[in-house]
Amino acid sequence: MSEGAARLELRDVSKTFPGVRALDGVSFALRAGEIHALCGENGAGKSTLLKILAGIHPADSWSGEMRVDDAIVRLHGIRDGETHGIALIAQELALVPQLSVEANVMLGREQARFGLLDSHAMRTAARAALARVGLDTDPARPVQELGIGQQQLVEIAKAMQKDARILVLDEPTAALPEADVQRLLALLVELRSRGTAILYVSHRLDEVFQIADRITVLRDGRSVYTGDHTPGDGSPATRERVIAHMVGRAVSERPVRTARDVRPHEAPLLSLREWSLADPQRPWRQALREVRLDVHAGEVLGLAGLMGAGRTALLASLFGAARSRVSGRVRIGGSPEREPFATPAQALAAGVALVSEDRRRQGLVPEGSILDNLSLATLARFAPRGVLRLQAREAACRAQAEALQIRPPALEQIVMRLSGGNQQKVVLGRWLLAGPRVLLLDEPTRGIDVGARAEIYGWIERLSAQGLAIVLVSSDLPELLGLSDRVAVLCEGRLTATLAAGEATPEAVMAAATRNAALNPSQEVLT
Amino acid sequence: MKRDVRWDWRTLTMLIALAVIWIVFSAATHGTFLSPRNLSLLARQMSVTSVLATGMVLVIVAGQIDLSVGAMSGLLGALAAIAATTFGWPLPLAFGAAIALGALLGAAQGSLIAYLGIPPFIVTLGGMLLFQGALLGITRGITITPPPAFLLVGQTYLPPAAGLALSGVLALAFAWQAVRAKGMARVRFAVLALLAPAFTLLMNAYEGVPVPVVILLVLASLLALTASRTPFGRHLYAVGGNREAAFYSGIPIAKRLIGVFMLMGALCGIAGIVLTARVGAATTDAGRMMELDAIAAAVIGGTSLMGGRGSVWGAILGALVMASLDNGMSLLDTEAFWQPILKGTILVAAVAADMAGRRRD
Repeated sequence: MSEGAARLELRDVSKTFPGVRALDGVSFALRAGEIHALCGENGAGKSTLLKILAGIHPADSWSGEMRVDDAIVRLHGIRDGETHGIALIAQELALVPQLSVEANVMLGREQARFGLLDSHAMRTAARAALARVGLDTDPARPVQELGIGQQQLVEIAKAMQKDARILVLDEPTAALPEADVQRLLALLVELRSRGTAILYVSHRLDEVFQIADRITVLRDGRSVYTGDHTPGDGSPATRERVIAHMVGRAVSERPVRTARDVRPHEAPLLSLREWSLADPQRPWRQALREVRLDVHAGEVLGLAGLMGAGRTALLASLFGAARSRVSGRVRIGGSPEREPFATPAQALAAGVALVSEDRRRQGLVPEGSILDNLSLATLARFAPRGVLRLQAREAACRAQAEALQIRPPALEQIVMRLSGGNQQKVVLGRWLLAGPRVLLLDEPTRGIDVGARAEIYGWIERLSAQGLAIVLVSSDLPELLGLSDRVAVLCEGRLTATLAAGEATPEAVMAAATRNAALNPSQEVLT
Repeated sequence: MKRDVRWDWRTLTMLIALAVIWIVFSAATHGTFLSPRNLSLLARQMSVTSVLATGMVLVIVAGQIDLSVGAMSGLLGALAAIAATTFGWPLPLAFGAAIALGALLGAAQGSLIAYLGIPPFIVTLGGMLLFQGALLGITRGITITPPPAFLLVGQTYLPPAAGLALSGVLALAFAWQAVRAKGMARVRFAVLALLAPAFTLLMNAYEGVPVPVVILLVLASLLALTASRTPFGRHLYAVGGNREAAFYSGIPIAKRLIGVFMLMGALCGIAGIVLTARVGAATTDAGRMMELDAIAAAVIGGTSLMGGRGSVWGAILGALVMASLDNGMSLLDTEAFWQPILKGTILVAAVAADMAGRRRD
């Protein structure tokens, strides 16, 4: 990458919130035509930095200097950022689901003639922008009908339409299926070749090392490291170096399974038979088809599969949270085989707990305290005569919070203000308080930092050692393989393989995950 | 800690606003506003709306709304009066029937909301019209005068000695709590321990603590306890704060929603009885617009219409603010049209102040 001049530069930027120094003298430069990755644990200050760049934190709320093309700029809102060619693609997409693709692209940039919308000019402009990101869909379709990957492209087209020369992406691939990830990365590489300066924030180091030209690491509000990255050996920025700077200590990034006391000769703790689920969107189709599973006490069963294979649907339907009809039989421990649980309350009573994949939507009451959130599923236990015994509840929650090392250790803290890793620990703690026998974990490490991730791995080990049966879903294949005793692979709602630890290689899993598609090529075209 | 501080910041603003209102009115009326006689009247005036507001807090905390409470109170108050006069039912039976019917009507509305997924705004708007019509049909447009014993609920006072004894017991209980508690809670209990006898003395300086106010304080205590100390109450906060998370935590959402509307309905029964007794008659437009006063009181008292946040005592403070405005302006002989104008302004200003406070967090 050529040594281009800095398109965007921050010098000695500091920002404090009441009681917290979020950024502490951060300096870094983003050149034209480079992809610059920004890495750091949750709470390192990335979000604050992005908000400063986009103008969401106005210029007078922080100290330091921001330059665009070597001229000092002072932003007072997103609009200001846009006039300087800065576009932020936030984690939560800023699209209006009911509006059409082109209306979304032109949102805030509507063109009018004589006070009326000029739909022809807008359509032309929107199509040009959509063509630039390679989105091939009917621009009149409502955005909500698109997949999440295509929605992301619409968001980028929106930025292109605003002539963004500086594109800031915050965890753009967190919710994307793998195929869309590659498409997005290819698009970014293409935009780079056309001179766009790209700041790429991601937890996924694989992607960072695939496309970044330079990598900057933030830790505790400081920029602790910036290094060039070139493909192949001899690159200054290595994976180990970046991780070491992120955590400030050496951490093994991937979990390594230790030998466990699994007793397959004993009756399984969880067994599913002929488990089927109707597809909520297309009731004539089945999202799960006659799945059979057995999980033993002390075992971690990994559930692999491509996006849409039915992994989340399987966990949710098992937990009584399915939105469509479930059929089949389930047995927990020694109790008799029964119909699927109709509600989460039934599943809980039987000893099944689910840490769902979307902790903000399904896990947390954002304005509630750590205490409220931890005790949410077990309140009745602390109220033997109808009135809560506050001290008993607090003691149990405090013990759980300490065991999980939730930070800060103040139970009154509002959950919304915790980092992703600590939020995830709160959700996990809630279920541990309920004392489950079967624990279902759906993407438990998504969007959390390396340190908290290692702690979650430790908990999975510990809980399985205590004799829980754990079903784990993770899109991070090395993580899944590293943690699981066996790996069951789903493809389009069918179980296509169950692999023992020794057989479960990435290649074997991918082969099983695509098995149906190979048999039935017409469906590949559909997706 | 943080939450406590925030709560107190909000309470403090409201207390300051209340103090300002009282000082202004007191000055404008040359002290009449703060006379024991007028404060006793003020307490009685606010009691019916406040009973509704305490329930409304829980409804709104759960992310719902109930527009039918005014009309339902009017209807249930009239039914109790008819049962006592026309049919000669003994009062406990008449009262019990009105409260039970309220719970039933609330459960019906709650079921429509919880099971059929009809928005609460629509269900209770329909309920409001229905109850208004029913009230007209039942009374045939004629005002019903209940028997004298009925009126005791709304128009009598606790004997001063009994009031003092009761408040003494309360003060001791609060003082004991203050000794046991730590930090902000200790301050709060200490203030309450002083407030209970002070309030009683003030009321005794006129005729004694009015019975409707006693009813209100008992209900408010029960509801505050329900909100903070029962699984039902905590579940309501969770359902309103994040319904999806509540569902995934095994909370029976439909039951909780029906429960909160039942509770609201029962409170409508009590409010209706007190209203009829206070006014001395069941009129055809009894309770009209009281739903809006109840909602406004809850919101001024810090309840978030987004759900998940609110407190019962806050709503009572909110009701006190509104009643003070009404009362003070009547004392000043302000033309009636100014009252809703000022109340509307205060409502919007209270929420604006709250939003500003939240952004600063």
